[in-house]
Amino acid sequence: MDDTSNRVQLAPAAETPVPAAGKRGQGVQRARTIALALIVPVCLMVIWDVMVRWTGTRLVPSPYGVAVMMWDFAFGGIYDDAYSASLPIHFWKSVQRVYGGFLCAAAVGIPLGLMIGRMPLLRKLLDPTLSLLRPIPVTAWLPLSMIFFGLGPRAAIFLVFLGAFFPILLNTVFGVRSVDIRLFEAAEMLGCSGAQQFRSVVLPAALPSIFNGLRLGAGFAWILIVVGEMTGVPEGLGAVIMDGRTLSRTDLVITGMVIIGITGFVSDRILLMLSNYFLRWSPQHHA
Amino acid sequence: MLDRPTTIAPDILEVSDVRKIYQASNGPVEALRGVNLTIRKGEFVCLLGASGCGKSTLLRIVAGFEKVTEGSVTMYGFSVDKPGPDRGMVFQDYALFPWLTVRDNIGFGPKHRRLATKLVSELTDKFMAMVGLTAFADRYPHQLSGGMKQRVAIARVLSNDTDVLLMDEPFGALDALTRSKLQEELVEIWRTTGLTVIFVTHSVEEAVMLADRVIVMSAGPGRIDCEIEVDLPRPRDVASPEFNALRREVTQRLTSHIAGSRQVAADS
Repeated sequence: MDDTSNRVQLAPAAETPVPAAGKRGQGVQRARTIALALIVPVCLMVIWDVMVRWTGTRLVPSPYGVAVMMWDFAFGGIYDDAYSASLPIHFWKSVQRVYGGFLCAAAVGIPLGLMIGRMPLLRKLLDPTLSLLRPIPVTAWLPLSMIFFGLGPRAAIFLVFLGAFFPILLNTVFGVRSVDIRLFEAAEMLGCSGAQQFRSVVLPAALPSIFNGLRLGAGFAWILIVVGEMTGVPEGLGAVIMDGRTLSRTDLVITGMVIIGITGFVSDRILLMLSNYFLRWSPQHHA
Repeated sequence: MLDRPTTIAPDILEVSDVRKIYQASNGPVEALRGVNLTIRKGEFVCLLGASGCGKSTLLRIVAGFEKVTEGSVTMYGFSVDKPGPDRGMVFQDYALFPWLTVRDNIGFGPKHRRLATKLVSELTDKFMAMVGLTAFADRYPHQLSGGMKQRVAIARVLSNDTDVLLMDEPFGALDALTRSKLQEELVEIWRTTGLTVIFVTHSVEEAVMLADRVIVMSAGPGRIDCEIEVDLPRPRDVASPEFNALRREVTQRLTSHIAGSRQVAADS
């Protein structure tokens, strides 16, 4: 390499990188973060327990009762009824439907959003219709989706799709429209024009906003799976909650709620990790 | 005087009778009228003027970002109507791709011209070294200082084998020390590569420091007021009497025009 012959100037002023906090310091920070996050849930559980004991209600189980139910739901061996050890099958069915619907929504929403954001004609064609459909609560589609797709999981997947689709689409469009026009000019003068720009400029520049949309969409997907599974589906976490209601087994209802909460949380964390990885270039995102 | 071409170099770029009218919200605005300009190969030309004189508009027309209302711009005899790799632009606000590292920003042009991967990385390494950023190859733009960002922007168009370097107040956002350092580096790059440079600035000192030829522009509508050859030897010394004499002359041209237009405005 003839680096030196082409080198026409002195090295730019050396920059000292910010010294990373030591391993031990990081560990303490992490423990602190987790401890702070746990304070409120623990307090809520204590209040819940005290209230159940104090009122002597039989309608709401104590946290301990729910914990027992969760154990039985996951591993069996306590009640040995229809729900014992059935968590894996319900969980797996719901996860499939949530991610099936969610991935369909992303597969349609992201490309469509990129095109709507970049093509004024398409925007004028579709924007009014989409704006009209957007305010309709997705749950209102339930009767129609049952007519279209019949009683069964496909209606639930359709609801999940609808619920995730709009946040993904709208955030993608917004992301594309807020790309600095200079970047298109820069790409063009470097010889990257037309359709090439979609992959090389539009998509990466809109990625922060797309990830916002995906996270919102995944949240809605978990909300809607419960609604979708409440009618005519034998398996799934939504179905379990509905059964619990019918059988007046509140412990089962709360168990379903807790599992959905935890799963939704974990799935959001995974999306956040992906987002941090793909947006490591963005000063706002590598948190 | 080893730096200026002694023989007459061929013309590379020709701006003829260019007029530019914008449709603003409060009616049409005439940004440029009757602009004629010939740039020779290997020349370093500064477009100098106060804000609103249309110097940036003229540069953007040459770049192909704006269309002329009347007249024509030709490069090597071919009409310029859209941006292209032969005219590399360096923007004041850098316009680097924030999701690409220094290396990938510099390799963006070669990669999109579908050069072989090996050639892309050779070109990238060469120009990264030329602007002294080899040690920062894997940094992202937000991790760089303003001066380093502008070095990346310059290397990005150089690696794309540009013929004319168009610079729109490239050092305007930098502090004085970084600016003069980058000016030196730019002159050095220009000398070693034989590029043609069109450099827009509102700083008289910058223009006299850098240019072979200063094009003084005036506003209302934007047009070329006069051309001043800068015959000072390089490297130029800002403290020398010759430099200061020339700077005074250019400043006078610039301000006399502004005073003149005030006079016209007052008379009418």
